Order: sequence, then C-alpha cells, then structure tokens
Amino acid sequence: MGKVIVVTSGKGGVGKTTSSAALGAALALRGDKVVVVDFDVGLRNLDLVMGAERRVVYDLVNVIQGDAKLSQALIRDKRVETLYLLPASQTRDKDNLTEEGVERVIGALRKAFDWVICDSPAGIERGATLAMRHADVAVVVTNPEVSSVRDSDRIIGLLDAKTAKAERGERVEKHLLLTRYDPNRAERGDMLKVDDVLEILSIPLLGIIPESMDVLRASNVGAPVTLADSRSAPAVAYLDAVRRLTGETVPITIPGEKRSLLGKIFGRRAA
Amino acid sequence: MKIFRIFAKQASAPVARERLQVLLAHERASVGNSDLVTLLREEILAVIAKHVQIDRDKVNVKMERGAKVSTLAVDLEIPLDTGAKAA
Repeated sequence: MGKVIVVTSGKGGVGKTTSSAALGAALALRGDKVVVVDFDVGLRNLDLVMGAERRVVYDLVNVIQGDAKLSQALIRDKRVETLYLLPASQTRDKDNLTEEGVERVIGALRKAFDWVICDSPAGIERGATLAMRHADVAVVVTNPEVSSVRDSDRIIGLLDAKTAKAERGERVEKHLLLTRYDPNRAERGDMLKVDDVLEILSIPLLGIIPESMDVLRASNVGAPVTLADSRSAPAVAYLDAVRRLTGETVPITIPGEKRSLLGKIFGRRAA
Repeated sequence: MKIFRIFAKQASAPVARERLQVLLAHERASVGNSDLVTLLREEILAVIAKHVQIDRDKVNVKMERGAKVSTLAVDLEIPLDTGAKAA
C-alpha cells in the first residue's frame, strides 16, 4: 500500500504545484512508483508545470464520473518512467468531485503506486478538503510572509479535524516546506526567519526552498525543477526534502548560504 | 534604539512575527469555539425567557478575547410591559 501525501497551503501562489511536481519527480528518481494528482479542478496547472499539457485526454473528473478508466487518464512522464500524472479537469468545476469518487480513486491509486501526491487547490473549500481527505502525510507549503503563515495555520487546523485520519482518531503526519526563502532578506531582518515560522506553526521542517530563478525557468520549459537541473539550489533542496520524507536524517541547510555568507560580511561592514 | 532608527530602517520581520503570534493565538482559540457563542446565546436566552419575555432580535451576545481573560457580554432589551410575565 502506497502513502498518500497532500501538498497544501491555504494561500495561493506559494508553490504547491511546483512542490508537488518537484517532490513527485524526486521520489520517482529513486525508483519508486509515483503519481501526482491535480485536485485543482477548473484551474489545472500541474500538467503544464510537468510538461504534459498536450497529452491530457481524460482527467480526474472523467474517472470519478465513470467516463474513463483510471488507466486511461494516467499520463506517464517521458523522462522518468515511474512518474505518472493524473490531471484535473479544466472545463468543469469542483462540485464534480464527490467524496465517494475521490475515495475510490485514491484507494485504487494507493494500491498501484508507492506514493500518491495530491496537489491541493488554494483555499479551504471543497477541492482543498477533498485533496487532504485521505492523506497520510501533509506537506504544508508556506512562504515566510504573514498571510501565508496565517493560512498555513488554518490548514494545519483542518488537517487535524477534517481528514479521514483525524476522524478515526489518528493523526496526519505534518511537515513544513518553507518556499521562496531569501536568506539575505531574512538576515537583514526584512523576512521572517526559518525559526520564526517554525515557532509559530510548530510542525517539523521538511525543507527550505530558496527563492530562485531556476523555479521559473523549469516551469517555462515544463519540467519539475528536480528534473530540469538537479544541481540547482531549489532542486538540491527538494531532493533533500524527499530524503527526509523517506525517513533519512539529513541536516537542514539554508540553501544559498554560501552566497549569504559573503553578504553577511558585507552586511556587517556596512553597519 | 531611536538613534539607530535614524540611520537604518527598523527590521520589519520581528513586527511580522509578533503580529502573527498575537493573531494566531486568538484565531486558534476561536476556531474550535465558533459554535460556543451560539450555544451560550441559546441557553442564556432559554433561561431568561423562562422569567421575562424577550425579543429575540434584540439580543446581542459578544465574546471578546484578551491575552489573559476573555469577556462575555450579553446585551438584551426587556420590554417594559411584558416584564410582569413571571409574576
């Protein structure tokens, strides 16, 4: 039985889709069988970020409504053969996701894959609650910025209340993924530091993804950032995060620290 | 401190951190209790209605959360002519 991971945040634009694609690809690179499921019905984008937008025939809603078989809707990645995508529908809306339908699809995926990664839509409505519904593990994507931290706090509350695990009296394993982190701005005191966010949200840290041009560059060409350039700073951070996710102990590093060390010296001189 | 502020902009992150801590302490407490005020309102009204007739639209139940104590304010109008119900 595979593990179900929900990538969620509450706030939009913090990097859920980027992270879903990057984590999924990184897990698949280890040889695990991975499917990334887009729950953002009506505003799908995972297909675009993963470079499969022209290969979408059937989608999650088709499978839920019985118009297509799961195997017909799954798209196999052209770069990593153990990586699959289940796209969301672009033309329908989230009301087409039924609770029973989602349960059935996730149950089937769990049997066939080692990892089922659910890319949640923003918000706390139906789409988001269904995406987290059957999760074993939650990756809470947060930017070091007040509105994102507040929304993440709300999502953490929902993970403890509205998931199938919570209703059975169990706990969803929660991890914080801090994205778009700029060590220089944090050092200058103009961005919440890692410890600030950790203290406020008090869930364990999975990784710190630096703000980087490489993320935009990867999405431009339709490749998960971990596949586009596996040596770029964000890719290394995602690869480390995946090692932690699989139970390895990897010390947390703040990416781009080498550069910021120089900045530190200059910063101190200026002061 | 003030002398430093003249030369450099004050770091904004500590302000963000403090605002978040205060806000979230309140929000966490209220999310689980969102029904508490409704429940209190109904039960308080039931007790009062036993003795005096009240207009349900003219009742205001408010809960304010402070750092150490919270206050519950019940504000209701009792019409003069119906005050004699219980007697």
